[in-house]
Amino acid sequence: MKAFSLSSTAIDAAGLLRQLESERVGAVVTFEGRVRDHNEGRSVRGLAYEAYAELAEAEGARIIEEARSRFEIAQALCVHRVGELVLGELAVWVGVSATHRDAAFAACRYIIDEVKSRVPIWKHERYVGGEAEWLHPDA
Amino acid sequence: MLYFASLRDAAGCAQETVSSEAREPRALYAEAAARYGFKMPLERIRVAVNGAFAPQDCMLKDGDEVAFLPPVSGG
Repeated sequence: MKAFSLSSTAIDAAGLLRQLESERVGAVVTFEGRVRDHNEGRSVRGLAYEAYAELAEAEGARIIEEARSRFEIAQALCVHRVGELVLGELAVWVGVSATHRDAAFAACRYIIDEVKSRVPIWKHERYVGGEAEWLHPDA
Repeated sequence: MLYFASLRDAAGCAQETVSSEAREPRALYAEAAARYGFKMPLERIRVAVNGAFAPQDCMLKDGDEVAFLPPVSGG
């Protein structure tokens, strides 16, 4: 499977984790981003992600490649959801395997931070009360 | 031209084909902003041409696919 992918169905975290298993690695670090029920003081009842799929997959793949060249890691995978999500659902999953933990932690952190700031994916939040809006954070 | 997120909502469509004298994405954006009342300033927009990030002032050719990307919010 591709190192970075978009998914319109629920992310199979256990299945992804199995892909990182190897007797050669001593550390596996994963990050799970989930849909929470509040944001900036408002009660969230659900959200949707929209992506520019072609560019998102290319930019996501670049980020994984950057992580592989910056850190001593064995494997890295990232999957980001698109479409409608409910509270508590997995929105993004990052997993990194490495010989040692420092590189695994650092690469996992690098990937999620870069994905959030660079990959063309947008969050549309729906609030308790009926309003909804796109999030376009400053910088 | 491709519009995403709040720009898509404001334009009322995800994509359209336009005929324009504009030769740079920034000029195309100004035309679309006037047409649809986009409030997002150009400084906050990233541009992609034919599926790759590109400068706002790159030279366009007939048939190019130009995407306007408001600030992203994945994760």
